[in-house]
Amino acid sequence: MPSPIRRIFDPHIHMTSRTTDDYAAMYDAGVRALVEPSFWLGQPRTSPASFYDYFDGLLGWEPFRAAQYGIAHHCTLALNPKEANDPRCLPVLDELPRYLLKDGVVAVGEIGYDSMTPAEDTALAAQLQLARTHELPALVHTPHRDKAAGLARTLDVLRESGLPPAFVVLDHLNETTVGPAADSGCWLGFSIYPDTKMDPDRMVRILRVHGTERVLVNSAADWGRSDPLKTAHVADAMLAAGFEEDDVDQVLWRNPVAFYGQSGRLRLDATGPETQLFEGNSILRGGE
Amino acid sequence: MLTPLASLRTGLELRLTADARAWLHLALSEASGAGEDGPGGGLPPWERHFVTAGRRCHATEQQPGPSPDPVDTVDAVDAARVLILHAAAPGADAVAALYRRGSAGERRAVLLALPHLDPPPATEAALGLVEDALRTNDTRLVAAALGPYAAAHLDAHQWRHGVLKCLFTGVPLAAVAGLEHRAAGDGELARMLEDYARERTAAGRAVPEDLEHALRLARFDEPPARPARRPHPQDRTEGSES
Ligand SMILES: [Zn+2]
Repeated sequence: MPSPIRRIFDPHIHMTSRTTDDYAAMYDAGVRALVEPSFWLGQPRTSPASFYDYFDGLLGWEPFRAAQYGIAHHCTLALNPKEANDPRCLPVLDELPRYLLKDGVVAVGEIGYDSMTPAEDTALAAQLQLARTHELPALVHTPHRDKAAGLARTLDVLRESGLPPAFVVLDHLNETTVGPAADSGCWLGFSIYPDTKMDPDRMVRILRVHGTERVLVNSAADWGRSDPLKTAHVADAMLAAGFEEDDVDQVLWRNPVAFYGQSGRLRLDATGPETQLFEGNSILRGGE
Repeated sequence: MLTPLASLRTGLELRLTADARAWLHLALSEASGAGEDGPGGGLPPWERHFVTAGRRCHATEQQPGPSPDPVDTVDAVDAARVLILHAAAPGADAVAALYRRGSAGERRAVLLALPHLDPPPATEAALGLVEDALRTNDTRLVAAALGPYAAAHLDAHQWRHGVLKCLFTGVPLAAVAGLEHRAAGDGELARMLEDYARERTAAGRAVPEDLEHALRLARFDEPPARPARRPHPQDRTEGSES
């Protein structure tokens, strides 16, 4: 049974791919705020305009949907590394500065490496500079394949960028990459999945070793096999392992608030257990 | 007597923190001198203020000032954006681009500003924005789309569908500007409302009170000689600012 005061901020979840049932279940589990990074939709896009519609959704429809379930929605915007390899999508980089100004954009991301190509080098470096000029943090994921080498190369590019480590979260970390990531001074992001990539008990063991500072835990839920309640499961596992409620609050609320708060654009005034649901609910009545 | 925009500004200033008020004054003075591009060919400063209003325009927690909006749905950020847009007086293409490239909040502000813009936007282009918003399911956009501009310019078919959409999506009909005037004696609207009421009843669901109200208006066969229409505070065209 979650504590009545539990509040959860999921710092990385792709709600565009989720249903309203998920929003309701997340609210019941204590989720009151989230960040949705722009990413690959599973089907490759072939034109910049299709990115702009997606960005518009992250700045319009999705925050509206979230608000109806009492959850504050923010986003991060970027050209993701996979699609940075398609020259047809590259004009997105020129339009990004305009989008990065928007209220509700709390970081540049997800950026990072997918297959570690020269095109990905260019897109990553260019977008780290956009983060600098817009005074925004950066959400940098580590690649799913060849993770250790990918992290090393990512750290090199980050050093060259001049973006302060405090403005960077390295995401999708695990036991093998947490050491060098922690040494870099960046924030440490862990995505908890229903399969073997990273589970709540392993997360708790990492928290025991590395402590609760600078750690962000997310569900990274999307259109793949994933679970939007994984953040709550980590909270339960922490308590079961002897962590205090205050540790849970630090990892699952205060840390993401501190990290994304560096953007100066978080809006959390309407969050909390007493949050009013939006009155005119075109989703609940739906089906139009 | 204050014009709607002057009272909008007065009401807004009363609601803002000191920092936000200083920001508003800067934004409005830069908007009045609009036209120049920003440094380095970026956005003009006024447009940057328009875009970033959500994180600059903080209202105090105290009692909001008198709002000229009958539904009182215009929050401080909306109001600031409307004032900036009015002061910048962009051309019709710029207004459309602002909407097209805007977040939902910016789009809402463009819709709310339509009746205030001077020079007034080209009707067809402005209606294109209203129609775009009416295609969404975002109730904040739908409500803003059915303001005084739609009351004055939207064709009967689309306006009726807008009213029906409000009932479907839970937007109070108080958001529909000029409802009394446009609904009065509209037999087709009455038919649509009756059909919808029947559908609700057949599904065992309550008929919204708002529907009954609109239906009473629409059933008038003859509009009263003098339309019993309270002037909408945003209806009047812009005159002098004081
Ligand atoms: Zn992701």
